[in-house]
Amino acid sequence: MSSRRSRSTQSGVSRISDDQIADLVSQLQRLIPELRNRHSNKVSASKVLHETCNYIRSLHKEVDDLSDRLSELLESTDNMNTAQAEIIRSLLM
Amino acid sequence: MNKLKTRVLSFPLFLSLSLSLSLNIHSLSTSPPTSPPLLSILSFFYPLTLELIMAESPSSSLSNIPDVTSNLSRKKRRKIGPHNPLQLSSVSGQSRWRTESEQQIYSSKLVDVLRNLRRPESASATGRVVRDAADRVLAVSSRGKTRWSRAILTGRLSLRLAQINKKHKKALKPGLSNSRVKKPAGQRKLPPVQKKVKVLSRLVPGCRKLSLPNLLEETTDYIAALEMQVKAMTFLTGLLNGGVSAAGGNDHNISSS
Repeated sequence: MSSRRSRSTQSGVSRISDDQIADLVSQLQRLIPELRNRHSNKVSASKVLHETCNYIRSLHKEVDDLSDRLSELLESTDNMNTAQAEIIRSLLM
Repeated sequence: MNKLKTRVLSFPLFLSLSLSLSLNIHSLSTSPPTSPPLLSILSFFYPLTLELIMAESPSSSLSNIPDVTSNLSRKKRRKIGPHNPLQLSSVSGQSRWRTESEQQIYSSKLVDVLRNLRRPESASATGRVVRDAADRVLAVSSRGKTRWSRAILTGRLSLRLAQINKKHKKALKPGLSNSRVKKPAGQRKLPPVQKKVKVLSRLVPGCRKLSLPNLLEETTDYIAALEMQVKAMTFLTGLLNGGVSAAGGNDHNISSS
């Protein structure tokens, strides 16, 4: 493992061990819904990263869709006046 | 330019910048948030978000920014003081994104921001604008502790500045390509893994040149924040849906369609 050698800062990055990376990757894996139920030994780092990218992309898309719907709703409500905003805020709190 | 911006606008500086800006803007704001004490917390963020939205309008606010940075040091002490208890009360770690209170704070801030969106220009309420506003509020909620949030917020500023000074943007590009060529030869990773890491770093804002552990850390926080954002926006959409359908039937003083 070349990563265990002496610390040489290359472009400002210190050497990190593979164990550390594996630990972080497993931590990431727990966040992703698709990979959560599978055993961590079976999932490679490459798959975790791939699923992470897909997941982030899908979250982005969902936010985009939601914001589109929100913009339509805002237009249709015509004026989100103070009273209505107060109601919404009280519901949220 | 981005690098410069993120360095200049480091966290405490950025916060005080926004605070001083908020002080300037708050006097101008036409609709101050109303009574309940929880809204006083909102008022901390509300002028900030208002300022961020007003920063979207091209010319005028930019000239304010370099002037305001000089005022930073003067206003810093005065402003950070009373607000410190609010900042310290936040729960650290990515679990904070999952708490109910964070979601509520985010939702109410988003409501305020969206409400103000409609006021200045009539054309605003497109999906893209809403998305930008949502991202900004999300980034503000992070209170500057994560890199992606700072990148989102400074990205708006640098984008504006770059539109005026295009040379800065062109000057940045050769720097980027250099750092990409100069890959550390000793750190051997399988090329497909490294490619995916790069793709991931492009997805998370502000993390293109980050080392792997930092990148993964930012990613975990970013994913948690995005999930919270989706939940809050879904909830808000549901509320508005119910509000719109109810407004037609009930005797609200809203002119429904």
